[in-house]
Parts: sequence; C-alpha cells; structure tokens
Amino acid sequence: MKYSYYSGCTLRTKAKSLDVYARASAKALGFELEEIENWQCCGGVYPLGSDEIATKLSSVRALNEAKQKGQELVTMCSACHHVIKRVNDDMKNVDDIRTRANNYMQLDEPYAGETTVLHFLEVLRDRVGFDKIKEKVVNPLTGKKIGAYYGCLLLRPSNIMAFDNAENPTIMEDFIRALGAEPVIYPYRNECCGGHISLKEKERAASMCNEIVKSASGFGADMLITACPLCMYNLNKNSAGDLPVYYITELLAEALGVKEEVAK
Amino acid sequence: METAAKQADLIREISGVNPYKCMKCGKCSASCPSYNEMDIKPHQFVSYVLHEDIESLVNSKSIWKCLSCFACVERCPRDVKPGKLIDAARQLVVRQKGQDFLLADEIPELLDPDIPQQLLVSAFRKYKR
Repeated sequence: MKYSYYSGCTLRTKAKSLDVYARASAKALGFELEEIENWQCCGGVYPLGSDEIATKLSSVRALNEAKQKGQELVTMCSACHHVIKRVNDDMKNVDDIRTRANNYMQLDEPYAGETTVLHFLEVLRDRVGFDKIKEKVVNPLTGKKIGAYYGCLLLRPSNIMAFDNAENPTIMEDFIRALGAEPVIYPYRNECCGGHISLKEKERAASMCNEIVKSASGFGADMLITACPLCMYNLNKNSAGDLPVYYITELLAEALGVKEEVAK
Repeated sequence: METAAKQADLIREISGVNPYKCMKCGKCSASCPSYNEMDIKPHQFVSYVLHEDIESLVNSKSIWKCLSCFACVERCPRDVKPGKLIDAARQLVVRQKGQDFLLADEIPELLDPDIPQQLLVSAFRKYKR
C-alpha cells in the first residue's frame, strides 16, 4: 500500500527522527510513505479568517497532488495535520473558499476536497490495525509506563478533525498497548503546551508544561510520547522536570525492531 | 479608522461568528488556559462585539495571549466559538501597516539552537501579516 506523504518543514530539520522512524516503521508494517514533490510549508497555524485564501494554498497544492496520484494523504506533525485537514474541510464544504482558492490555483480540474487526509496514527489504527501491529512487535516495551500527550491540534475542533473523542481520547493509549507497554491516563493529556507563545513568553509555556509533566508523573508515567515537534520542544525545554519525551515513531520503531537499522 | 459599526461588521465577517447565539454560560472562559493572562476574557469578547466596542478588543492584551488551542471552540454549546472572534480581532491589527507584534529584527535574540522551525512559522503567522 502506498500513501502520499506530507512531511513538513520541521521533520526535515529539527524533528528528523520523527520522520525517519516513521518511514522505517511503515516499511516494517508493509506500507510506503511516498513524499509528495515540491511540498510547501503549511504555515504551522490554520488561518481561521474566512477571507484568508492565499495562506491556505500550500495545503491545497499538497491535497491536489495526492488527488492526482489517487492516494490518501498522510501527515505526521500535529500542526501540519491540523492545517491540512481543516483546509481540506474548507475546500469540501465552504463554497466561497473553494471558489476563490481554485481561482488562484487554475487547475485543470478544480479541487473540491476529494483527498482523504490521515494522520500517521490513523493509518496505524484504521488501515493497518493495532491488532496487526501487535503481531509484528518483536521487542515489546513491557513494563514501560507511558503517558500519551495529545495536546490540542490533533483533537480540536473534533467535528472537523474527527480524530478521536476530544475529551476522552483512546487512540494513543491503544497504540501504547499495541507496543506492549502500559498507558497512563492523566488529566492534562489534552491540555495545551503553550504552542507558539514560547517564542516571546517562555515562562508561560513553562508554567503550562510544568502542569502537564507534574500531572503525568503524579499518575505514574515514566515517559511521555507526542507527535508534535513543538510540543516536544516545549515539554523538553520549558518544563522543570526530567520526564523524558519521545516521538511516537521512535517507540514504534523500537518495538518493531527497526530502530537500530535507522541509526546505521 | 472605520466607524465602530463597520469594524463590528468586519469582525463578524472575518470570524463567521454570530454573537447573538451566545447564552453566556461562560464555558469558553472556564476552558481557557490563558484566562488569567487576559484583560478581556473569551466570553466578554462576545459582548464587546455585540456592543460594537471593537476599539477595546484590538487594544486588548488578550489577542496576543490566545494560544489557538481551540478548547473554547470545542466546548461552546451554542456554536459561537469565541476563539474565532479573538483571532479576528488580532487580524484586524496585524493587517494594518506597521502593527506587527513580532519584528524580524527581534528574532535573533529569541532564538535557541533547539527551536523547531514550526515554532518560528507559527509565531510569524500569529504575530505579523
């Protein structure tokens, strides 16, 4: 099975490991992530304004390229996923945005939200299946107590993201179980890490991340996992504790026994 | 600057929000992780738009404190979504010449070697046109 793949700016630079472990794990699970050509940065933040068109075009280009190939579009970074999924919803359901974006794009056939956007975790759950992953685990993470950190962007707004129950999600916990580890449910798992605020107001991100880490540790987690490079940065750099934070794909690669391969 | 009524129209248009639907339950403000930082609270944004006092909104600290975490958008039982009003007020500011909240010249001082690109592009999109 081949998917179109949108890696995004950070996965090519500061979050390379999130990307390479994803590709290696995909191979081990029998699917391929085919990076779309000439992708452009999603902008990191979904442009909320109903009259914002130009800022949505990079997502439309990626979506259209996947449509041309007849493939589903897979994202990895929470922010890219959020932006591209919401732009796709606009292109499908908001007449004004669709018309104006297509006026810019001048495609042979207008784009109208035909592509299915899947986060990597959704591919694991809905296309591969956590049961199947469990079978392929050669190095179960037995005894590890892992707190899933969802953050905001994968879950909200749930009517558009349709990722999981926004208040009581289970996808990352099921993922952790499939790897043979024990999920730790803690109240701050879908609270915000501070996001972009950490550039100008570090102490704000610090106070929010401290709450998250304190909550997870208090419930017995000995590590956190995330799919978002900015959450990773904020939790690592702006929290007082020393709770380790891993990308979801690193643990997946480890459990599937392909982590060493990547390191070579 | 446009008249107050025109500015209120503009904010309703950019946000797509109908403030008349609000039943003032306060769930948005109760959910907001930046509540303590805000001079005008999320639920108050709705009232300010109803009263066409946009001048106060564009001059508030709140527009730079919103994290776009979408907790208020998710939890609003009346589909008003005050976060969209806060963002529209922010856009009214950054769309004006010389009103950027972050200048390129400030960046070098704020950098640390671990900053992900995602943080810079997100901050640029929030703080400037």
